[in-house]
Amino acid sequence: MSLAKLSVSVLAIAAVSATGAFAQSRDNVQIAGSSTVLPYATIVAEAFGENFDFPTPVVQGGGSGAGRAMMCEGVGETTIDIANSSSRIKQSDLDRCASNGVTEVMEVRFGYDGIVFASDINGPAFAFTPGDLYNAIGAKVLVNGALVDNAYSQWSEFNASLPAQDILVLSPGTKHGTREVFDERVLIAGCEETGAMAAMVAGGMSEDDAEDACMAVRTDNGRNVDIDGDYTETLQRLENDRNAIGVFGLSFYTNNTDKLRVATMNGVVPSTESVASGEYPISRPLFFYVKMAHLDVIPGLQDYVEFFVSDDMAGPNGPLAQYGLVSDPALAATQDMVRNRVAMGPLN
Amino acid sequence: MTDAAAANPPQNPAKPSSSLLKQTDRMKQRNAAEARFKYYGIVAICVSLSVLFIMLWTIFSDGLSAFRQATFSFTVTLDAERLDPDGNRQRDEMMRVTTIGYTGLLNDNLIAYLGERGISTEGVTDKEIAAFISRDTPARLRHMVIADPSLLGQTIRFEGYATGRIDGYLKGRVTREIALLDVNISVAQLDLADRMVDDGLLSLKFNWGFLTNPDASDQRPEASGLGVAMIGSAYMMLLVAIMVLPLGVSASIYLEEFAPKNRWTDLIEVNISNLAAVPSIVYGILGLAIFINFAQFPQSSPLVGALVLTLMTLPTIIIATRAAIRAVPPSIRDAAMGVGASKMQVVFHHVLPLAAPGILTGTILGLASALGETAPLLLIGMVAFVANYPAGPFDGGILDPATALPVQVYSWASRADPAFIERSAGAIIVLLAFLLIMNILAIVLRRRFERRW
Repeated sequence: MSLAKLSVSVLAIAAVSATGAFAQSRDNVQIAGSSTVLPYATIVAEAFGENFDFPTPVVQGGGSGAGRAMMCEGVGETTIDIANSSSRIKQSDLDRCASNGVTEVMEVRFGYDGIVFASDINGPAFAFTPGDLYNAIGAKVLVNGALVDNAYSQWSEFNASLPAQDILVLSPGTKHGTREVFDERVLIAGCEETGAMAAMVAGGMSEDDAEDACMAVRTDNGRNVDIDGDYTETLQRLENDRNAIGVFGLSFYTNNTDKLRVATMNGVVPSTESVASGEYPISRPLFFYVKMAHLDVIPGLQDYVEFFVSDDMAGPNGPLAQYGLVSDPALAATQDMVRNRVAMGPLN
Repeated sequence: MTDAAAANPPQNPAKPSSSLLKQTDRMKQRNAAEARFKYYGIVAICVSLSVLFIMLWTIFSDGLSAFRQATFSFTVTLDAERLDPDGNRQRDEMMRVTTIGYTGLLNDNLIAYLGERGISTEGVTDKEIAAFISRDTPARLRHMVIADPSLLGQTIRFEGYATGRIDGYLKGRVTREIALLDVNISVAQLDLADRMVDDGLLSLKFNWGFLTNPDASDQRPEASGLGVAMIGSAYMMLLVAIMVLPLGVSASIYLEEFAPKNRWTDLIEVNISNLAAVPSIVYGILGLAIFINFAQFPQSSPLVGALVLTLMTLPTIIIATRAAIRAVPPSIRDAAMGVGASKMQVVFHHVLPLAAPGILTGTILGLASALGETAPLLLIGMVAFVANYPAGPFDGGILDPATALPVQVYSWASRADPAFIERSAGAIIVLLAFLLIMNILAIVLRRRFERRW
């Protein structure tokens, strides 16, 4: 039968071409991880592909944790070379890496990302302190010196300077790297500020338990909604419910200033400058982790890493800063570290 | 009955109302129920049609503009001093001038061109004028110059994309009210864009780049295209068709024509039906474990994608093929057997040719569902930013990284720049067009070759 012959021969050709190609090794850098770092990594990858004789690196999203797990799968061409991460790697990740043969990992911090609170452009302006956000969505709040279940329904109920608008906060879901910063810099800070934490400790809780209790958010009436998708989903939810306050990355906000009104935090307007100077309190470092065993195996890997942290890219006037990255003041030290290939030590 | 009723009419005098022409209460109820049921059906159809209409309307109103693109056309003097400072026209020396150097050259040329044409740039700084040109443009100019160094020193007419927000203004997505609020664009820039359009420097053109360009980063939505995604999808569909047809057809022929009816074949049959209902993400996990971790095939490659999609569509295609084979009447088999054909000859000379239209239709519909699949690709690394075209199919291109059409829809939909919403909807239109073509092909094949007995 001609059909059978044709399909057999095509299969044979495919098999031969496949084995032929296996002989040649992978010539592109492969990267995966945080969706916050993804836009920065693609900007660098694209410029790298344009200006160097290496192919453009392939960049996947998937989340910080997933990226680190993929990097720690082992050494070899079918594993990725770089994991992007919007939170610092954990010792458990490093242990897993080591048990799979990934012993040396280079930690590269390339800048900071501000986290902003924004509402609908046509709604009223908000001026927050972390305490206001804790009062809005914390599980237990301090009312007249007593810890009670949170029953506030409007912003103005606990802070007269805020508008009388129904409380609805779209916070980052637990799988986001952003969540960690949100817990630490907003909820715990707000818990301390409002005195709820002191009241918890006075009530017999240990410091650690009190911190955990501070991170608990209310579950009644949908006042707080965890968004597990990316910022575009938060924006869409916000456009559907004009009362909502959304949590965004600074770069996402800069791209959508015509739809969003940003809230000040402790009186500071978030911007790359105010985050860089440390005036704006809620920011987090952005990292990527390089599998050092691949450095001399995958062509262009070392060049990509050096190009990423170069002043042309990650510097204060580079394209990443224009996109919303807060340039790292210690970039020069990072450049030296990358050139000398310094592996990171164990975390304590 | 009618005769009997006609013969003895007075036997039923107590019920004169039982005429068929006059409705009883029960009759009325039944008729009303029937009428209601018809309305339910009409309402159900109207609801689904209106949902379909709303969906298509949003996709097309958002996405059609992706097929047009604001494009500059102006003269650029390729200053040899700046682009090849050593003057040797050596490739590696010219490579040292990066896209940053070319960006400066293009900006200066655009500003000079505006002055030449007498277009007022009042209220717009040089930096804001530079922000009109897409970041993709210097890269393309650099590529052109390095490929052909004889261009150096010449003045050429160059076409390049305008940035996303200028593009959006020409398409009506960005308005002056929005520009007042948007930090990335000013009203003065929009006024300048108006003057450029009047001069013919800036115009909306058909966007071939949307179909041919590779993906681009978040800073240049205007340069992003479906090129890599379409090649990736095409490779995968080709490989799926090559792999799934022989596998599916031989499995079905064996099960229908040769296999004995016993417990084992029953078990296989039940499992095939079950496999057809397994969620597609499960095949992705399987693909990651078998093809990437065990067989060491490269990540993000169309080959792995095709293998996973083959596994996914195989049960559906076996079911469709078996139905087509079963539809061939037994009399044909009996007649062939009767004139002395072997079982093999019966199958290949008579049953298979007669079942072919049904098999092809089933295969095309299976491929169409594989074309729209994203979930399994997520786990094998095909949901990625890939900016290089894969090589040709016989140069190992099936092992190069690539994406697929539905993947591109997904990754554009999650980008920050609003210009990507238009691109995402545009990609859906392209995907729908391909699905429509495949479905029409299936219908045409069926109509053309179908036999009735």
